[in-house]
Amino acid sequence: MTSLGRSPEDRSTGWGVDRVTVRYGERLALDRVSFGVGAGMVTAVVGADGAGKTTLLRTLVGAVRPSSGRVRRPDKRRLGYVSAGTSTYRDLTVDENMAFAATAYGVRGKTARQRIDELLAQVELTDARRRLAGLLSGGMRQKLALVLAVIHRPELLVLDEPTTGVDPVSRAELWRLIAGLAAEGTAIAMATTYVDEAERAGSVLVLLRGRTLAAGTPEAIVKSVPGELYELGDSGQPLAWRRGATWRVWSPGGAAEEGAKLLDPDLEDALVMAQLAYEAGQPTGAAA
Amino acid sequence: MSLLLETRAATRRFGKLLAVDGVDLQVGPGEVVGLLGANGAGKTTLIRMALGLVPPTSGSVLLFEEPPSRSTRFRLGYLPQGLGLYEDMTVTENLDFAARAFGRRVDSTQQDPELTAVSRTLVRDLPLGLRRRVAFAAALGHDPELLVLDEPTSGVEPLARARLWETIRESAERGVGVLATTHHMSEASECDRLVVLVGGRVMASGTERAIVGDLKAVRVSAAAWDAAFTALDQAGLPVALVGRTLRVPGIEAERVDAALRHAGVDARLEVVPATFEEAFVGIARRGSPIAA
Repeated sequence: MTSLGRSPEDRSTGWGVDRVTVRYGERLALDRVSFGVGAGMVTAVVGADGAGKTTLLRTLVGAVRPSSGRVRRPDKRRLGYVSAGTSTYRDLTVDENMAFAATAYGVRGKTARQRIDELLAQVELTDARRRLAGLLSGGMRQKLALVLAVIHRPELLVLDEPTTGVDPVSRAELWRLIAGLAAEGTAIAMATTYVDEAERAGSVLVLLRGRTLAAGTPEAIVKSVPGELYELGDSGQPLAWRRGATWRVWSPGGAAEEGAKLLDPDLEDALVMAQLAYEAGQPTGAAA
Repeated sequence: MSLLLETRAATRRFGKLLAVDGVDLQVGPGEVVGLLGANGAGKTTLIRMALGLVPPTSGSVLLFEEPPSRSTRFRLGYLPQGLGLYEDMTVTENLDFAARAFGRRVDSTQQDPELTAVSRTLVRDLPLGLRRRVAFAAALGHDPELLVLDEPTSGVEPLARARLWETIRESAERGVGVLATTHHMSEASECDRLVVLVGGRVMASGTERAIVGDLKAVRVSAAAWDAAFTALDQAGLPVALVGRTLRVPGIEAERVDAALRHAGVDARLEVVPATFEEAFVGIARRGSPIAA
């Protein structure tokens, strides 16, 4: 099932999975999910805790075998993976972690030393080289985990919630590093629970309880939701939800509400609307 | 208006570490106040002071206009980041236990129908979204006048998040004061007022709009976004990728233009209002708004 090289028909989306289903015993963890990530592109996998993000990324890197569907990933030596909760050795120093990863990926000698210096400088960990990874702050440890996974310049980098629990300042630094890797041509798949973060990605896959709720560019997902979005002063509508001090109401038919202000939905609104439609048994087709 | 929580020049040291440094914070009835800060900015210590668990080294903390005590604790609801539920107890047992701790009984007629449906399920067997609802119900069960919420909606999907904020807002409309921390920048717009902590001090406060002020960002559209990103990154500018466009907050368009020209990258520049996240990161990084 796994293709080690890129076959000609895969070039548009590069790496990814096609109609993948994963079962854990009785439980259907992923139900016919597809997504692709091309070179120089960031694809975000968004969903709540338990939606299937980790299972999907583990399927992509080959740690979970799907019961059906196809996985397109590069050879292990051209793949970088950071699992949730950071993949660092806490009782080794930053330098020792880097040296260990370099050895594991077969990067040696001067090449390894130069790459380590360059990466540590990029994430501002040069001054922390002799500190134990276990004593770093959460944000610093995430940055270390990320650079450990790219010592060998992988073609595909898979990041499982690299920014969860990371404060906004460290998150901005992580994003800058991720964007820099994409600019160098790395294909990046990352999981996140933050919708505003997904809005920064070139392409988004939204999972709801193991199924695709929406997929595409953030703009395409917003456009795919039918009807209109209005702002209201109060609730009392079945398709209304609160954002800030005001209520929003979705009118799937597009009929105007008297006196209501028409809004331009953002990705967060679009996902609320898509879920409302999904739960009413009328998927919006955002997944198409 | 009587204040539910008021700190005056509240300061807390742990040995040599100055965790909270002269913080003035007020929460009144019906108000939702967001407490934002990077890790290590002093949010957790300030929350513990607000709960009356950590006394200030200097300055004062008043809950309901009196020093924290056992009786003020009864008027307070607290939702910890870890939710604070007993995993091996059922939903009803958890709610009952929380209510009894405050000398109340669970009023089952007041209950969320979704929780009633799972009342005999062990908390550890519940999906995370529902666990969060149970924790909310436990924190709200004794009709507190002040709610302290630590990252109340982390890890839930947008619809569930909107529903949790509806619960928070309904409480506020009944006159409950709310102090909430979040790392979720889009959640800042759920708050009436924000307080930004940097290095234990209040570095900005006010509405989201007031904190952003007239801070601008330069939006860069280039056919070769990767070349543009590399050029701006190497010029040391705070560039961020958003889809296929780039944003450089707090920097004049001329500097962005110069860096792109220097690298020979063709791009279209547009000056746009900065986002709250951009303003916040600027404040947290430099200890001052980036426009200053």
